[in-house]
Amino acid sequence: METIDLAKTELRELNQQLHDLTADTDKTNWTVENPKGMHNVAVGLNVPVTVEINGHVGYYCAGMNQEATVIVNGSCSTGVAENMMSGLVHIKGNVSQSAGATGVGGLLLIDGNASSRCGISMKGIDIVVKGSVGHMSAFMGQKGNLVVCGDAGDALGDSLYEAHLYVKGVVKSLGADCIQKEMRDEHKKELGDLLEKAGITDHKVEDFTRYGSARELYNFKIDNVDAY
Amino acid sequence: MCGIVALFLKNKELESKIGEMFAPMLVCMTDRGPDSAGLALYGSEVSGDQIKVTIQHPDDDYNWPAIQASLKDKLGVDSTFILNSNHAIFTMSANDAEVSDWLDVNHPELTLMSIGQSIEILKEVGLPEAIVKRFNVSKLTGSHIIGHTRMATESAVTTAGSHPFTTGKDICLVHNGSLSNHNRLRQWLQANAGIKFQTENDSEVAAAYLMWKINEGSTIKEALESAVDDLDGFFTFAVGTKDGFAAMRDPIACKPAVLAETDDYVAMASEYQALSNLPGAANANIWEPEPGVVYSWSHN
Repeated sequence: METIDLAKTELRELNQQLHDLTADTDKTNWTVENPKGMHNVAVGLNVPVTVEINGHVGYYCAGMNQEATVIVNGSCSTGVAENMMSGLVHIKGNVSQSAGATGVGGLLLIDGNASSRCGISMKGIDIVVKGSVGHMSAFMGQKGNLVVCGDAGDALGDSLYEAHLYVKGVVKSLGADCIQKEMRDEHKKELGDLLEKAGITDHKVEDFTRYGSARELYNFKIDNVDAY
Repeated sequence: MCGIVALFLKNKELESKIGEMFAPMLVCMTDRGPDSAGLALYGSEVSGDQIKVTIQHPDDDYNWPAIQASLKDKLGVDSTFILNSNHAIFTMSANDAEVSDWLDVNHPELTLMSIGQSIEILKEVGLPEAIVKRFNVSKLTGSHIIGHTRMATESAVTTAGSHPFTTGKDICLVHNGSLSNHNRLRQWLQANAGIKFQTENDSEVAAAYLMWKINEGSTIKEALESAVDDLDGFFTFAVGTKDGFAAMRDPIACKPAVLAETDDYVAMASEYQALSNLPGAANANIWEPEPGVVYSWSHN
């Protein structure tokens, strides 16, 4: 177990040590103390190690994560796990705006609430939020899944492409071109698998509603030809 | 980008330590605003018909006793003053508009920072760390402080263009964001509300707008709520009043804000890291203000 105390070690030094790890490293378990709202903690990891952070972090924590597991025992500011590629990022507290923005793969699990623009421009990432999400979540989401066990704010899924949205609670309003959709067997399986992966047992697949793109905005329509 | 920090004490026993608690918060927001920094301190309230007038001159050795003598000779006003660097804080029994007009006409070299019974605005161009040293911020005492670190976008880097802004007794505003309809609104407020402006700054217009609304009978909360309709742009605002402070973000929450509350204080910052060294921060109730919702705290 490697322990880095950010009250004593520079953040740059921590990130460099993590970047220097190779896939066959035996230093697979890391603990980070005293993050105190610092930005860019544990960004750009690309080997299968586990980094556990004790405390609240600032912007872009675990950004661009590949392969690694990053656990935050606290809350996060803007852009946690932005552009995540693979691996697991698990936040035990709440997260600020743009969580998982442009994420390509992996699982982002949030135990608390996420504020606005959660999953903005998501490109394949799976995001599971045990609480609620703020306005404009999954804005322009292209691929991947956003699962919300609580409520969603205004304009959910605005200008959505092909990301799948599952919400258990109340959706305040849907964004342009986002509609409620039928939950077919493949969606029930997809959601069931995600809940299982996230270790969630107190919510049932049947209680969720699926939302997706009406595909009216991003496909060319001959009726709109005058607009060009 | 700019930084906002505010600290409102619920526990009176901490009032002697407010400066010590607040100074590192301001310095922590240097990354967001290295151009200038300032604060509005609420404390040492004067009573009855007395007012506190805070005035700035660029020189540290300005002849303040001469101003004190002129106040007596020309306006018949007895005053006392204390100095904090290049800011003089006068206490007097006088009409605030009369003093403000007199300074305007006779001492254009001076900048009126604030008037009220509690407020003292201290602000200058420079790194927040330098401002903290200049005004000996860690030694300040009082019940609440609203502070700002500036990265200028809309107007020049000058003392008058830095925050907090005030346009009325005991009220101040700090702003992170930018407003796009400030020119027209400034003209309207000049023509219809007779408000005088010191700068071309957008945030000063927001401060004037809020003051105008309050003079028209709105509460702070109502004034901030109507700002959502009348101000075009994006903003996080923190407003200081004699008794407390209020905060609001624009309806789509472009600009950040974090609030933390314990039994002892309510603190606000653009980023959590500015709150992280406050006593009990790790276990405080911490949340992001909802877009377009006014949050306020008061000693009354």
